[in-house]
Amino acid sequence: MSERNVESGKIKPFIRTLVAIVLFLFYMFPFFMIVLNSFKDKRDITKLPLSFGGKKGMTIDNYITAFERMDFLNVFKNSFIVTGVSVCLIILFSSMCAYIFVRKAWKINQLLFLLMLFSMVIPFQVVMIPLISIYGGVFKVLNHRATLIFMHLGFSVSMAVFMYHGFIKGSIPLALEEAAHIDGAGPFRTYFEIVFPLLKPTTATLVILYALSLWNDYLLPSLILTDKKLYTLPVAMALFQGTYSNQMDLLLAGLVMSVIPIIILYVALQKYIIAGVVAGAVKS
Amino acid sequence: MKKKNESLKNTGLFLAFAGPAVFAFLAVVIIPFLYGFYLTFTSWDGLSKSKPFVGLANYAAVFRDTGFWHALGLTLVYVVVCVVLVNVVAFLLALLVTGKLRGKNFFRAGFFVPNLIGGIVLGYIWQFIFKTILVYIGKNAGIGFLSKSMLSSPVPAFIALVIVTVWQLSGYMMLIYIAGLTSVSADLREAAKIDGCTESQVTRHIVVPLMRSSFTICLFLTITRCFMVYDLNLALTEGGPFGSTVMAAMYVYDKAFVTKAYGQGQTEAVILFLFTAIIAVSQAVINKRKEVEA
Repeated sequence: MSERNVESGKIKPFIRTLVAIVLFLFYMFPFFMIVLNSFKDKRDITKLPLSFGGKKGMTIDNYITAFERMDFLNVFKNSFIVTGVSVCLIILFSSMCAYIFVRKAWKINQLLFLLMLFSMVIPFQVVMIPLISIYGGVFKVLNHRATLIFMHLGFSVSMAVFMYHGFIKGSIPLALEEAAHIDGAGPFRTYFEIVFPLLKPTTATLVILYALSLWNDYLLPSLILTDKKLYTLPVAMALFQGTYSNQMDLLLAGLVMSVIPIIILYVALQKYIIAGVVAGAVKS
Repeated sequence: MKKKNESLKNTGLFLAFAGPAVFAFLAVVIIPFLYGFYLTFTSWDGLSKSKPFVGLANYAAVFRDTGFWHALGLTLVYVVVCVVLVNVVAFLLALLVTGKLRGKNFFRAGFFVPNLIGGIVLGYIWQFIFKTILVYIGKNAGIGFLSKSMLSSPVPAFIALVIVTVWQLSGYMMLIYIAGLTSVSADLREAAKIDGCTESQVTRHIVVPLMRSSFTICLFLTITRCFMVYDLNLALTEGGPFGSTVMAAMYVYDKAFVTKAYGQGQTEAVILFLFTAIIAVSQAVINKRKEVEA
């Protein structure tokens, strides 16, 4: 009985809030630590890692040096191009593909859709070695941004088609398209002017999901890109860590710089990102 | 004549709409997948032009490759520990932030942050925490086991991997559990309370059985994610110290791209895949059967 009294009393909300705050601090602790130390001198980082500023005070030199040595601007640009172009192509081609799969019950469409469903259980590691032996060994097209984008597209279409398929089937009325057809619109016009704008909810979910996962992807770009000038952020960060493993000051500044773009985006689009991630997980 | 025209038009329509997606999909997923099976019967060093056919030699080699089985066993332990911890923590977090709490959305958003960042960057961030911050705290507070970097001995390094995994994935799974918890209607909860259930009884007997599909999804996601862990493994421990934390995906990678035994590496990748698929799918099937509807 006493347990119930505590539960319904005023103590419980207080404890709840306290637990939430403690957990929140624990989840943020690593980020807080790297930001704090990224402004310190190298020696202060090892001697006084928990203090604000060190004996030498705060400095932004770490950021300036790391920015140059990582070639941050170029790396950021690479990640931006690869992620941006890939996401646009994934959206465009997957939605078109799903549309024709739903509207035309051809044998080949059904077969391909099944194949895509099945392929969603294949992890990257199973196709990684053959992928490299085909595209590196036979076609010799590694080390091109276009190759990486093409592969991102190939790996992403099955889930994207699956999600568009469900949405088109469930919520796009055929009557609209029939009306457009009677008015003399061809299949392309019907699709781009009537159907595609209606797919917005799914498009938003997919943009968020793929923008995040492609931006953070490491293994595929690390296998495809060998020229440093083409490196994306995670690959460049791995190289940077390898080169400056003794220079914590630079390393921490580099880490903070690679985290910041995502955090800014998250703060701005938090609601959509959370909704998108849940929708993506639950539907697949 | 009309029929021929029709089929030509249909082919055009198919190629225009589905062509690019299907082409990329086949070229990047299906063909390499099938070719991968062929590769398991060949031996290739990644350089020479020929890929000699070796029959079942790779499978025999995998059988004798104790390193692989050790990595797979370790991965299995890692998967079990992480799947349990991630889901328990995630579920508790979900309960915490769906109850009476000020600033729910703020906390929710905070717990999810680790998921936004890739395994490579997270691994390096935590490397700094384990090597510098915790060692400093350990030394100054006189906590023995912390005064030496956790990453420098095998078992603590493994525990470090588990900690970071739970920290990273729990916020993600929390979101799915929140969706499940909030989908159970308030009427049902109310009815149970009127019948005399306490808050925790309502959760245990009404809410949890009704949100079983959330558990199915979360278990599936955590199992497949943990089995394939690579980025974090590479960035946090690099498989060390002394190769003691090499997980299956890293072992496969090294076998192919470091040892240059592509055929054997691919065979091990296929075995890892079958292993994961069987466990993840049977979990989903068993759980699906137990799902109940309101």
